[in-house]
Amino acid sequence: MGKMSVDLCGITLDNPVIPASGTFGYGLEFAELYDINILGTFSFKGTTKEPRFGNPTPRIAECASGMLNAVGLQNPGVEHVIKYELPALKKVFAKKVMANISGSSIEDYVYVSELLDREDQVGWLEINISCPNVKAGGMGFGTSAESAAAVTKAVKAVTKKPVIMKLSPNVTDIVSIAKACEDAGADGICAINTLLGMRIDLKTGKPVIANVTGGVSGPCVFPVALRAVYQISRAVKIPVIGCGGVSTAEDVLEMMYAGATAVQVGAANLVDPFACKKIIEELPEVMDRYKFKN
Amino acid sequence: MKDVVFTVSDNIKLTEHVYKMTLCGDCSDILRPGQFVNIKLDGLYLRRPISVCDREGDALTLIYKVVGKGTEQMSTIKQGEKLPLLTGLGNGYDISVSGQKPLLLGGGVGVPPLYMLAKELVKDGKEVSVVLGFNTKDEVFYEDEFKALGCSVTVTTVDGSYGKKGFVTDALPEEYSYYYTCGPLPMLKAVFNSCKSSGQLSFEERMGCGFGACMGCSCRTITGYKRICRDGPVLYKEEILWEK
Repeated sequence: MGKMSVDLCGITLDNPVIPASGTFGYGLEFAELYDINILGTFSFKGTTKEPRFGNPTPRIAECASGMLNAVGLQNPGVEHVIKYELPALKKVFAKKVMANISGSSIEDYVYVSELLDREDQVGWLEINISCPNVKAGGMGFGTSAESAAAVTKAVKAVTKKPVIMKLSPNVTDIVSIAKACEDAGADGICAINTLLGMRIDLKTGKPVIANVTGGVSGPCVFPVALRAVYQISRAVKIPVIGCGGVSTAEDVLEMMYAGATAVQVGAANLVDPFACKKIIEELPEVMDRYKFKN
Repeated sequence: MKDVVFTVSDNIKLTEHVYKMTLCGDCSDILRPGQFVNIKLDGLYLRRPISVCDREGDALTLIYKVVGKGTEQMSTIKQGEKLPLLTGLGNGYDISVSGQKPLLLGGGVGVPPLYMLAKELVKDGKEVSVVLGFNTKDEVFYEDEFKALGCSVTVTTVDGSYGKKGFVTDALPEEYSYYYTCGPLPMLKAVFNSCKSSGQLSFEERMGCGFGACMGCSCRTITGYKRICRDGPVLYKEEILWEK
């Protein structure tokens, strides 16, 4: 194993850097810009049973050191992903990809998980029970320990691949939810998804985002994410992926000191499409500078 | 798409709220009129998408209206300052289908991308008619620049203080082979309904990334979901579904 490599639920990553779901599509736009095989892996766009258009626009707003989005899980549906996106990805990405899965019911999660379990290219199932931008399901499953455990158990029953539960910070006690997922058989935790927020346009007095609320991401949420990773990693034995506001190699290191096994990079990809490439290139030097031992 | 640091050569006021910035840098990825650049500004998290008005060699011209924090900050940028840009974004206009007498319809800050378009159409030997629409006389810009290209130019103002009174759709020439338009949504709708020929319309939407990764600026079309930033901003008349 190389100096930067990490073990994520039994699969070795060359480095801990993973573009987060919803900021990297199915990889193809970025593959035009650089060789995406340098990534640890990436988490593809949240995929549901049926194709979804998502929310009305505007879906995007800005805030100090960050942004809000209310895309609402736009995706072409799992069948389309298997038929078109994965074969196209195979041509440019030789590694296992992380499949991000969402749904409106436990049956939806199970349906999509069963189909993606059969795909050799998929290394991990990342179960999104934390999307704040959809009316049914999404975050609804991630705000109580019972429902989070129920989704975990149902998905675990239909797949042999490692199951990573992506958790919402919009809860009273994220640690108890992480523990409930672990007890239900989860192989890993990803913390955190976006924080529910909003902006108002002073010219109209109305919300900027058509959906009214959106998920806050970017450097402004980094301390919240770091805290969640620190607390969860001390309470569970399964690996934790740190996600939220990571923009630099230093942020990656901070996340790993907090207890993260790997780190997802989200909003930074949208501002700088080369963000992950730069982080990976800088990471060895930053690890040396702070004498970080993996 | 290219990630390029440009140097600002000039940044001047054209009207009370509209500025023209010229920059120097690698423009090689700007291939078609109607494409845009995405600008990283100090202290602002998201980039600001601005349509390309012209590019000639290493010289890039952007015309923008001060409408918020980002464009306000742009208006204070001085000669010699560096600006990181993602260039060559969006599909741009397809000039191959223009026919001999294309009509260009621009409204307000929808006018700038039509300049490079007019230039390329003229270069191709087309007889280009341009209708530029503004609210009032003080807002008019680039009339002379379009004339200098050899286009037949009509200006309309809503209040009638300059040119023909009314909207661009009140000044359509009798004969044209095809149309290209850019402007506010109500104008695009009016053009869509008034112009009988086929055409291409350039749309605006709040964007996240500007290169197709985030799905922030999606719209429905007859041919499926499209991302304004990557599959657009230019859509063919035949594929448009009006939702708003």
